[in-house]
Amino acid sequence: MKLNFDPKDLLKLRNVRRVAQVFFFTLFLFFVFVTDLRYLKGYPVSLFLELDPLVAFATAITTHTVYMGLMWSLLLILPTLLFGRIFCNWICPYGILHHFTGWLLGTRRADERERIESNRYKKLYSLKYVILIAMIAAAIGGTLQIGWLDPICLFHRSMSTVILPMLNLFFPSSIYVRQYFHVGAWIIGFLLLFLVGMNVVIPRFFCRVLCPLGAFLGTLSSVALWRIDRDTTKCVDCDLCLKGCEGASDPQTQLRKSECFVCFNCIEDCPEDALSFKFMPQLKHEVTAPVVPGRRAFLGTLIGLGFYAFGRTSGASARNYDKKVIRPPGSVEEIDFLDRCIKCDQCIRVCPTNVLQPALMESGLEGIWTPILNMKIGFCEVNCTLCGEVCPTGAIQRITIEEKTGTGPFDKEGPVKLGTAFFDQGRCLPWAMETPCVVCEEVCPVSPKAIFSREVTIIKRDGNPITLRRPYMDPALCIGCGICEHECPVTDEAAIRVTAIGETRSRDRRLLMDGGVTSAVRDLEKRQR
Amino acid sequence: MPVSAPRNSPEADAVSRREFLVRLGITGALIAGSGLAAKKLWQPKHFVPGFEKEKGLQLRSYAPEISKVLPSLAIAHGTEHEKTIRAAMAALGGMERFIQNGDVVMIKPNVAFDRPPALAATTHPDALRAVAKLCFEAGAAKVIVADNPINSPTGCFLKSGLTAVASDMNLDLLYPETNSFAPLSLDGEILKEWTFFNTPFKHATKVIGLAPCKDHNLCHASMTTKNWYGLLGGRRNQFHQYIHSIVSDFALMMKPTLVILDGMNVLMSNGPTGGRLSDVKPMNTVVAGTDMIAVDAYGYSNLLERDIAELTYLHKANDRGLGNINWKDTLYKEVTV
Repeated sequence: MKLNFDPKDLLKLRNVRRVAQVFFFTLFLFFVFVTDLRYLKGYPVSLFLELDPLVAFATAITTHTVYMGLMWSLLLILPTLLFGRIFCNWICPYGILHHFTGWLLGTRRADERERIESNRYKKLYSLKYVILIAMIAAAIGGTLQIGWLDPICLFHRSMSTVILPMLNLFFPSSIYVRQYFHVGAWIIGFLLLFLVGMNVVIPRFFCRVLCPLGAFLGTLSSVALWRIDRDTTKCVDCDLCLKGCEGASDPQTQLRKSECFVCFNCIEDCPEDALSFKFMPQLKHEVTAPVVPGRRAFLGTLIGLGFYAFGRTSGASARNYDKKVIRPPGSVEEIDFLDRCIKCDQCIRVCPTNVLQPALMESGLEGIWTPILNMKIGFCEVNCTLCGEVCPTGAIQRITIEEKTGTGPFDKEGPVKLGTAFFDQGRCLPWAMETPCVVCEEVCPVSPKAIFSREVTIIKRDGNPITLRRPYMDPALCIGCGICEHECPVTDEAAIRVTAIGETRSRDRRLLMDGGVTSAVRDLEKRQR
Repeated sequence: MPVSAPRNSPEADAVSRREFLVRLGITGALIAGSGLAAKKLWQPKHFVPGFEKEKGLQLRSYAPEISKVLPSLAIAHGTEHEKTIRAAMAALGGMERFIQNGDVVMIKPNVAFDRPPALAATTHPDALRAVAKLCFEAGAAKVIVADNPINSPTGCFLKSGLTAVASDMNLDLLYPETNSFAPLSLDGEILKEWTFFNTPFKHATKVIGLAPCKDHNLCHASMTTKNWYGLLGGRRNQFHQYIHSIVSDFALMMKPTLVILDGMNVLMSNGPTGGRLSDVKPMNTVVAGTDMIAVDAYGYSNLLERDIAELTYLHKANDRGLGNINWKDTLYKEVTV
């Protein structure tokens, strides 16, 4: 290691790259931080997801569309086709996290030989291609599962459900006004710890072994026109180029083009100046395409199609749907939702009431970590469509407040309903316990109120009469926002609870003929007369 | 650029012109291709899920030409299915009036429940046999039998005895499979867009409704108009919220060639499922006609023996001009075998 400082070193490629890494990582953190009603303004907080070509490609397979901002992914496809996987070591915030934590936690920093050995290519590294094939096969079958391991989705999800709540736990009100909770956050947290920790065993473990986006970009970079090239007349086979090789792409021999992260460490580590980044070097000196044995690819296809089939035939998205699968306002119908949701949980991050929660098994195998509403924790704010604003794939469409509330020009369609609230009279104070209440009626946000009450006078157990109001529900007017359930004083299991039935997004899950829309309008007219 | 450069010269490392162009072309094509594909697939605007405007199929009319001479309603009394149905058809001018050579006839029985024929909750196999026979005699090329029952389709067809008739007579029995449905558009009182059992109508040129005459817990009676319920899919359990409007909408949705009401054995009580032989009463009558409202009006008054004033859906249909509830005002003929 050099001890004396040379100003020329500042301009070295490695340092330029570090500047880019710090910039993009900071930008990512900035977007994560401002994904909040107070700071959101107009920031493109889902930009990294929109740049992600795997998101665009996989949703194009499942939906035959490229939703709104996903067009930005072309910005990333272009340099990949020219220069290779520069995204992985220059832009990807999750890659940068692993780069940094690998350096921080790595035990072999001191031993040059050990570092060289840890950066040799291993057959295990082809696993990510099998994972990618499985995810694409599942997408062709009809279920979008890239979100499990797509690094941007995974990082956003970890940030929203684990890192930020953790920061807020240690530093109260630093992130949220009140502490946020996320069901099953510990699973996501331990997964993050595991993936970060694995850098100790294999440097860039996630990037080299698991990352489906890396595999996708690696496949694209087969046709890249530039790559690292070794001048065999200069090379003395010292293998020092492997010392800092992030991708384990074998620059010391035939370069594995699809594995190279284009970090440029090898160029600067070469004592003989034998390595350079060259335009169209000869094919015979490279391993052009990813090495994936055909049988493994076949196995990956089977696993992907199997995942789709096993998940779908378990019935959670059909007749056996769970009453708890209450989707955010503007969500497309369930089958389409599973075609679009990438489990990035940006909606969960932006939700101002914390009502959005990552699902565990409620929506079946396919729906793990997709957003559902939990009215115990929060409720859906009527005049809010932030979840749709930040959704990059249109699983939650970017609906307007007027479209959500069925007002203005959307008066005829009526409001978007998330479900229907049902009274549990045995738990309700005025119904079962001779006690006045009707908080539910008070907070019901629609006009006219979906919850109404009738006055009754009863003789109490002590023989004295009491007059109280007993609440009722008009299912045609209920929008399923869940504030009644949230505010019910019976807090462990509320005396009024919203279930998914009656949601307008799906004809199959409507409660009333015509989804209650016609009848709601009719009832309104009747009342106005 | 020389084609073969001497070894160790800088050109030895360079690619040939052909390879250069090919590789440049591939990369360029991929760049252009991904751009074009993305542009083609781009969805630049959001939509509001559940409120998309969809245009379903329109069902055509299968109604016969109006005759000023031949009756539009026939009532036949008899003790045996085939003879009585034959007599009713003869009174209407024969099956040849409705079915011509080469016609593909869709017969819509009511097989809603998994019940044996004796309980009179489903179309009787002898009735189906007789009608199919008359169709073939009139020159029908093919007879399709289809229904979307409440109970399990295979069980309903098997235990009602219709599967046996279909296989005996070589009828096409169509089950309501996943892909059998398509959205239907209708300007009904309530029924606007609904999922419709479409496959039988892809080939059918004539449609005959063949319904038993039954009591119904909610809408009082299930006869030839209510029978079309079995052509719909989706969330039919919502129909009960507006049952009379919906049943009257069926008269708008389906313009059949002919309807036949089998009143040989009538389910008088505990309908529409029945379950005891004591619910069934022999009425020994078959009513056939081109106006389902008139046919049902006769059935309600004379077979179920009830007051027509309470059968709201028939009045709704009558008021909308979809049929004539005053069957006596139509050209009818009553015969006894």
